[in-house]
Amino acid sequence: MSEEIDAEIRTTHVLDLAAEGKRLDGRGPDEYRKITIEPGFVTTADGSALVRIGDTAVVAGIKLEPGKPFADTPNAGVLTTNAELIPLSSPTFEPGPPQPGAIEVSRVVDRAIRAAETIDLTRLCVTPGEKSWVCYVDMHVIDHSGNLIDTSLLAALSALTHAIVPAKRFEIADADYPLDIQHYPIECTFVRLGDAIVVDPTFDEERSAQGRLTVATDEAGHVVAMQKGLIGAFSPDDVKDTVRRAFRHGDELRARARGGAP
Amino acid sequence: MGSVGAKEVPVLLSPEGLRIDGRKLDELRPLSIRAGALHQADGSAAVEWGANKVLAAVYGPREVHPRHLQQNHKAVIQCRYNMAAFSVDERKRPGLDRRSQEISKVIGEAFESVVFVEEYPRTSIDIYIEVLQANAGTRCAGVVAASVALADAGIPMADLLPAVAVGKVGGAIALDLKKEEDNFGEADLPMALVPQSGRLVLLQMEGHLTEPELAQALDLGVKGCREIYEQMKRALRERYAVGPTAGASS
Repeated sequence: MSEEIDAEIRTTHVLDLAAEGKRLDGRGPDEYRKITIEPGFVTTADGSALVRIGDTAVVAGIKLEPGKPFADTPNAGVLTTNAELIPLSSPTFEPGPPQPGAIEVSRVVDRAIRAAETIDLTRLCVTPGEKSWVCYVDMHVIDHSGNLIDTSLLAALSALTHAIVPAKRFEIADADYPLDIQHYPIECTFVRLGDAIVVDPTFDEERSAQGRLTVATDEAGHVVAMQKGLIGAFSPDDVKDTVRRAFRHGDELRARARGGAP
Repeated sequence: MGSVGAKEVPVLLSPEGLRIDGRKLDELRPLSIRAGALHQADGSAAVEWGANKVLAAVYGPREVHPRHLQQNHKAVIQCRYNMAAFSVDERKRPGLDRRSQEISKVIGEAFESVVFVEEYPRTSIDIYIEVLQANAGTRCAGVVAASVALADAGIPMADLLPAVAVGKVGGAIALDLKKEEDNFGEADLPMALVPQSGRLVLLQMEGHLTEPELAQALDLGVKGCREIYEQMKRALRERYAVGPTAGASS
């Protein structure tokens, strides 16, 4: 019960601040928290990255294994994306099968990677209809302080950018080679707090939010994916405005994901 | 979308600007809505929309199961969107896959944005959506059906939720995609509108759209939703009409 009361007080405070154009951590409405990207964080993976946005941290690891292409796409490799919201990262996560929240993060990140055609899956085909690479993108949320979607995609993209196809180990080619990245999708998440719509919400802001909107853009000026979540509503003008803001942030974050250095 | 597939892309838009089924870009598929289609549920609806057949049932407000989901200050809305094994070309394994779970979540959240949940603390309002025959746009058909079912159950809410998907086919923004258009189209953007406020409570998107195209798609979707809204209201009036012309359903 005390947890409920605490949440109620925080929500009121977050909304009161938002009405004055302020945020709990002093940021402006269109400002991300500090972002750090650490590529190659896990050496057992074929590609990996630890990404922090403020106090939120996600480790993404890529594993490539030989497998079989799907029957309806005999000339393409297979891409599998999964997010684990492990109980270590938040008192709100419980052990067990993935909850709707984890499934949503996985699917929204997966949608951006797929729709943007981030990797050319046809290049992951070894023998049409018989053998192809299966590319597993696993995201582990290790510290949940809000905005899991943006952090997870940034981690996945950074990991993919530095991934090496282990062709030698599996005796498919004489040498390993880098995974070919064609496009760089970036997701920007906004929440409504009263009349304000702020980017990169913290855990408290998400809990206070009257609607969440994620916009994924690519480097060529396309919106490639969107997802409205949580309880709340956005007008078409709100959506158009967040799309403009997402393009602006997208360019900045993209440069970071590609370079990896701060 | 579907670019990996080896199949040949059909011509989706004629030189005259007509779509594969002869529709104009801003034209909906034929839609029929029947309120009160089921007998056991507190509220229900059957929707046939193009080649989609979707049922929705609402139970509640009633006791919450499982108990720990109960909320002291409001009702919880539990939504289950499910596709029948035979609803698609290749048999679908029964039960909720990840797609269905995600759709259930966003639809539940959309309804919690309009239903007056504070009126029924410590209860559950259960929404069941069953797709019997699928032909693109099933989540929108599900929202339309569930919305009419909620009204049929007498659950107080701010408004009905008309829903429709807008997409891009043959380079043009088009309303209410059917299966072939969805499979080979360049973008898909389902949405649900609160007509009174003009705000969207469900919005998803996948594909490739520029900023102006996205703005056009939003405007077209809102227009489509307003058309569907009229049909939803008509279905409810038919169900509760009195007098010699009253509907005989149920």
